[in-house]
Amino acid sequence: MWSLTDITGRLDQWLNQTFSSTWVLVIEMLIAGVAVIGLFAALGLVLVLMERRVAAWIQIRLGPNRVGPFGLLQSLADTLKLLVKEGMTPSGADKFLFNFAPYIAMMVAMLLMAPIAFAKNFQLWDLNIGVLYISAISSIMVISILMAGWASNNKYSLMGAMRSGAQIVSYELSAGLSVLTIVVFSGSLNVTDIINSQADGWWIFKGHLPAWISFVIFIIAVTAETNRAPFDLAEAESELTAGFHTEYSGMKFALFFLAEYINVFIVCALGAILFLGGWMPFHIGHWEAFNHVMDYVPSSIWFFGKTFFLIFLIMWFRWTFPRLRIDQLLNLEWKYLLPISMFNILLATAIAILGWHF
Amino acid sequence: MFEEIGTTSNGDLQINVGPQHPATHGVLHLVLTLNGETIKKVEPHLGYIHRSIEKMCESLSYRQFIYVTSRMDYLSAHMNNHACALCVEKGMQIEVPERAQVIRVIMDELTRIASHELWWGAMAMDIGAFTPFFHSFREREKINEIMEETCGARLTMNYYVPGGLMADLHPDFQKKVKEFIIQFKQRIDEYDQLVTGNIIFQNRMKGVGILSKEDAVSYGCTGPTARGSGLSSDIRKLYPYAVYGKVEFEEILETGCDSFARYMVRIREMKQSIRIIEQLIDQIPEGDFQAKTKAVLKLPKGEFYTRVETARGELGVYIVSEGATTPYRIKFRSPGFSNLSALDSMARGSKLGDLVAMMGTLDLVIPDIDR
Amino acid sequence: MGNEDLKILITELLPAATYDESGEWLNIVVEPASWPAFAAQLRNHESLQFDYLFCLTCIDWKTNLSMVYHLSSTRYRHNIVVKSTLSADQPQINTVCDIWKTAELLEREVYEMFGVNFLNHPDLRLLILPDGWEGKNPMRKNYEDPINMIKL
Repeated sequence: MWSLTDITGRLDQWLNQTFSSTWVLVIEMLIAGVAVIGLFAALGLVLVLMERRVAAWIQIRLGPNRVGPFGLLQSLADTLKLLVKEGMTPSGADKFLFNFAPYIAMMVAMLLMAPIAFAKNFQLWDLNIGVLYISAISSIMVISILMAGWASNNKYSLMGAMRSGAQIVSYELSAGLSVLTIVVFSGSLNVTDIINSQADGWWIFKGHLPAWISFVIFIIAVTAETNRAPFDLAEAESELTAGFHTEYSGMKFALFFLAEYINVFIVCALGAILFLGGWMPFHIGHWEAFNHVMDYVPSSIWFFGKTFFLIFLIMWFRWTFPRLRIDQLLNLEWKYLLPISMFNILLATAIAILGWHF
Repeated sequence: MFEEIGTTSNGDLQINVGPQHPATHGVLHLVLTLNGETIKKVEPHLGYIHRSIEKMCESLSYRQFIYVTSRMDYLSAHMNNHACALCVEKGMQIEVPERAQVIRVIMDELTRIASHELWWGAMAMDIGAFTPFFHSFREREKINEIMEETCGARLTMNYYVPGGLMADLHPDFQKKVKEFIIQFKQRIDEYDQLVTGNIIFQNRMKGVGILSKEDAVSYGCTGPTARGSGLSSDIRKLYPYAVYGKVEFEEILETGCDSFARYMVRIREMKQSIRIIEQLIDQIPEGDFQAKTKAVLKLPKGEFYTRVETARGELGVYIVSEGATTPYRIKFRSPGFSNLSALDSMARGSKLGDLVAMMGTLDLVIPDIDR
Repeated sequence: MGNEDLKILITELLPAATYDESGEWLNIVVEPASWPAFAAQLRNHESLQFDYLFCLTCIDWKTNLSMVYHLSSTRYRHNIVVKSTLSADQPQINTVCDIWKTAELLEREVYEMFGVNFLNHPDLRLLILPDGWEGKNPMRKNYEDPINMIKL
């Protein structure tokens, strides 16, 4: 009775009984908006803390543990600090673009929340091209980075933005192709359909070789797309000081920072949906008893468990690997990942047509 | 020094790296001329931390000036002190007791390990890996503790005086060093697993920052920078001082001439340092730790030059004496200065990211360059 | 090669050179005018091969300046010191940075600290000192800075 579906269902029922249908729509939209902003903030705080704790654990140190119990309030304190900091705009900057860029980053991150299924029947917008929508919207991110880099009137920022432009545009191809593999298997772009097609086993288990290959490529490509180490060339603090956000301070910087973490969450959620069944519990074929036991774990736990596992993976990369060079980065994409992806999608199509997957 | 920089007449981008930049580890200021990401020219601008130690030393007595030199290459403070002490001892013809010489060598090698540890962490950080820094500082901390017990300081030790040492060893010294050796031998394999074998790391380092042997000689490169180019330049072997002539160790030479060769030289050098310490730690002779010297030192009229191998290369101390209590002119031939001069020829044609890796493998310490 | 052999060989190359053997290494005093040709000979002579300039500095003797070049051979491992006396008012000597590349930065340092003018140097500018220091040479003995210099 405490499942998220239940709560939303009852709320909807109650609203429909009290108000006319137009008002219900308006109120529900408002609630959704507030919920997204709330989730945005909460995720930012949780992920920043998680990153710092994971980093500390990998680096044999303790990490934040003073503010609040186990340092849980550390990121809240950091946010407070950033809020009261002066948001400076360099005198030579293009002021409109400079101030607008972080909002684009944030808007993109928020828009991406729409088609993510957080639990069973718990989704903001179940549109029939959900996966395509995520790919399309996430590529707007690069505009905000280019804007920030260009408007800053700083050579480091410009170089960071240029690197990032080249990088995101390139890696979008591989990410898109690996997403397509699963679309071919499940035969739908709809997020709910994709998840439902994994009721008897996740695609990573059912999809044989093509699914494994595309999973690996997907993880590499999204790490690059979100500008995370070892592909953090856009920021590359030892080369470009801070890359595209060198000139940003205060809350404007914080928005970029939060948007990065939300993007990590989104891509990991997408990875979980496509390859690990989203909110779908761990099912094995027709083992009714086993599947039934698994169903007792709430679907939201399954979803967040898988997503945070993937986030942990990406954080692990960051604190382990050195950074690539720009030419190596582009070589990796155009000479290795893209051809492999293309071959892989052929293979996946063949398997899907012949019905060889489970 | 603050001339307007922007784009050159043929459209190349000029960019300031430093004096405040995460990769320069201090206040080095490089003006880069870039064509896209490709480096066309590197121009160092120095002096942000210049304290004119040479001029300062002209008004300090022969006992005092050694303490200033700890602040040159602060990561090999012991070796700087050693070079100065040796030079004064050479001028005064002071016979240093065997005990002091052995302790000096052990301390030098511990310092070398500590310095290379820091370099390892900082260089990994330069190319984007954060974790090694913390791992290397775990071991460096052990050395710092050992130093602190005996010398009373962790960075600028000031432990050597003309004629020997400032004080005798701490009673726990030998025990702690032995513990450190056992621990360190395991850790250094861990370093290899964490960084050396990493495919991204190897791709970033191999074939990057080529410094040919001829260039290394011509630019006066010394230390691991030169030995990475196959140029034999280890002062400990070529002109042995203290008890280096009596211990067994290899001079590490790599012929790769690239960043990876310089990296491997330092990693292997740490193992050799451990080997030297192992030979000496149980053989510290009993006796005085300081020779009897006069209260006021006066070097005879003449010129004296000594050189030692610091963690960065050959440090030369050139004292011109007029027979007074203070040196007439003193010159420190610092290894970093010459190594830096090779950076331009190494970096031309490579990418911006590689410059950072090259500066990492040159192991630049800015106070050592600026003095 | 010992100091004696070096002396014999170098006398053949430059009969005008004078020597000082009180130190550890052979000290050769040359005229500034004959220095560039002599330097090239030291570098390129088959059995000398002084390819490594490990120290380049200047000493202010108040009445005159003295350039000091410490040279070594990475092949034969012998060392010499070359000195050249310059006038205190208008010190100038030819550069050696075309022979030993390391001299480029070292000469720039000497230029700003002692005011020695290196002829034919490709890029003789201030290296360490900030702009506007031209003319004042901090390492000269007659340099006074009442604020920053402490006399002990």
